[in-house]
Amino acid sequence: MSPESSVAIAPKTRRDVLTLSAYSLSAVGAATALWPFIDSMNPAADTRAEAFTEVDLAPIVEGQRVTVSWSGRPVFIAHRTPEEIAKAKAGDNEALRDPQKDTQRVKRPEWLVVIGICTHLGCVPGGQRPAEARGDWGGWYCPCHGSQYDTSARIRRGPAPRNLVVPNYRFLKQNAVRIG
Amino acid sequence: MAILPERRNLRPNQRSGGPLLQNPFVRWVDHRLPVFSTFDRFVTHYPAPRNLSYWWNFGSLATFMVLAMLGSGIFLAMNYQPDPDTAFASLQRMARDVDYGWLIRSIHMIGASMFFIVVYLHVGRSLYYGSYKRPRELLWMLGLVLFVLMMTIAFTGDVLPWDQRSYSAATVITNLFSVIPFAGNHITNWIRGGYAVGAPTLNRVFILHIVLPFVLVGFVWLHLQALHRHGSNNPTGIEPAPEAEVFFHPYYTIKDLFGLGCFLIVYAAIVFFVPGLFETPDDGIPADPLSTPTNIVPDWYFLPFYAMLRALPNTGLGAAALFGSVLVLFFLPWLDTSPVRSGRYRPLFRWFFMGLVFDIALLGWAGAQPPDGVYIWISRAATFWYFVHFLVVLPVLGKLERPYPEPGR
Repeated sequence: MSPESSVAIAPKTRRDVLTLSAYSLSAVGAATALWPFIDSMNPAADTRAEAFTEVDLAPIVEGQRVTVSWSGRPVFIAHRTPEEIAKAKAGDNEALRDPQKDTQRVKRPEWLVVIGICTHLGCVPGGQRPAEARGDWGGWYCPCHGSQYDTSARIRRGPAPRNLVVPNYRFLKQNAVRIG
Repeated sequence: MAILPERRNLRPNQRSGGPLLQNPFVRWVDHRLPVFSTFDRFVTHYPAPRNLSYWWNFGSLATFMVLAMLGSGIFLAMNYQPDPDTAFASLQRMARDVDYGWLIRSIHMIGASMFFIVVYLHVGRSLYYGSYKRPRELLWMLGLVLFVLMMTIAFTGDVLPWDQRSYSAATVITNLFSVIPFAGNHITNWIRGGYAVGAPTLNRVFILHIVLPFVLVGFVWLHLQALHRHGSNNPTGIEPAPEAEVFFHPYYTIKDLFGLGCFLIVYAAIVFFVPGLFETPDDGIPADPLSTPTNIVPDWYFLPFYAMLRALPNTGLGAAALFGSVLVLFFLPWLDTSPVRSGRYRPLFRWFFMGLVFDIALLGWAGAQPPDGVYIWISRAATFWYFVHFLVVLPVLGKLERPYPEPGR
């Protein structure tokens, strides 16, 4: 091999193969060594273990909305009035951004359980207390960027892309609910 | 006026050098560790155009603010506890019980606003006088990196008091990452270290707020290196002839110090007489993860970006506008096609520049209004114009505009 050709043509020798494999393996090794540090920033085991919250529903009267904390997140429990249920059912037939029937979102019509975090950027929508604005659909109104939710907590207007999320929950034998 | 022939070809020791560099001890040290000659080249005998106006004061003021924030921040950190149960109280204690704690806290919190005022004026100066143009593109881009770092540092600092506004800011900003397709929610949880903003978030934000300023100092150094490669731009935008330059010292050390004095009068007046100027009532309420206050408003220096974020009817688009508004500035040296640097000689550009300043002010105003009705439409129009200015007006204007004749060197 002349000196000129060794520059012009990429040579494929045993040494090149070894060099390339060494570089590749070092890169893989470096990436692997990085993983524990990246993963250490994920939610820790104790955070993941705060998996469920039990709520006694007896004191929540009709029309009342209660906020409980479930693994650090606010969960809205709404004891809906017949009018609110009717409004939610009427909404089933309207144009929805994230179409869902009211029956898909509740296990018992009078109890609506949703995570109270706006699907836009994570503010907590207002409307839990009677004095707070509830928007044009009588549900929830997010003060940060103006998203409005109906009485089934479905997005009706504003920048949020999805309905408020329904968490996993089940009703216990007593008048209580277990979220998680 | 000091005359500087062949300014850049001279080695420092061939210049006048001054009596300091003649001192035998200084020469002994400098031969081994060139601190004195570097300082001489970088400051004392650094050549600068003689026609710089006070618009060229803000770079040194920004450097001053970096030092003021680092200095006050160290003492603030000594009294701060990054824990959700005690963070709010620890800063109240700083303001009430620690000797001179109120002063240090005010210097730091008002300093953040003063820093942004200085930097916005510094960037505005560059926009008007075309300081981003060849050969200063990297100087400009390094400045933008500094701006992004500064916003990150300001945001992490906003979270630390752990009041209602802190908590909302942390929630909204970390949630921006949830718009990333597929892995968005996992990335958000990863950044927070939990399913909601909480103790792990506060701890890591505190660490970043301490580490990132030192990264910023590193980039300031690069920014200065890039600046000193070709020297400052000037109001005419024409590279000065060597005889039209003066030494940085004493001409600009004095001018910058006078500017610093004026700036400090304003800064100190706010610290001592209206320390709550930049605060809102929500800053006085401890963070409550279960409720968001009505009409939450971020710090004034984020308002134009906040308006863009919520102007668009879709989270992804809003986040794209927010990041895009800074990203587009990185391409500015190539988007502005005019060969003329300074806005002084560009009759149409001046009007569009004023329009952009008004547009950004309008965005800032709209960002503080409730997110409803007419304000949303004003934000949308202003966001639209912001991008039109950079992506359409500047490329086209450079081709169409007939500039005034430029003066000689």
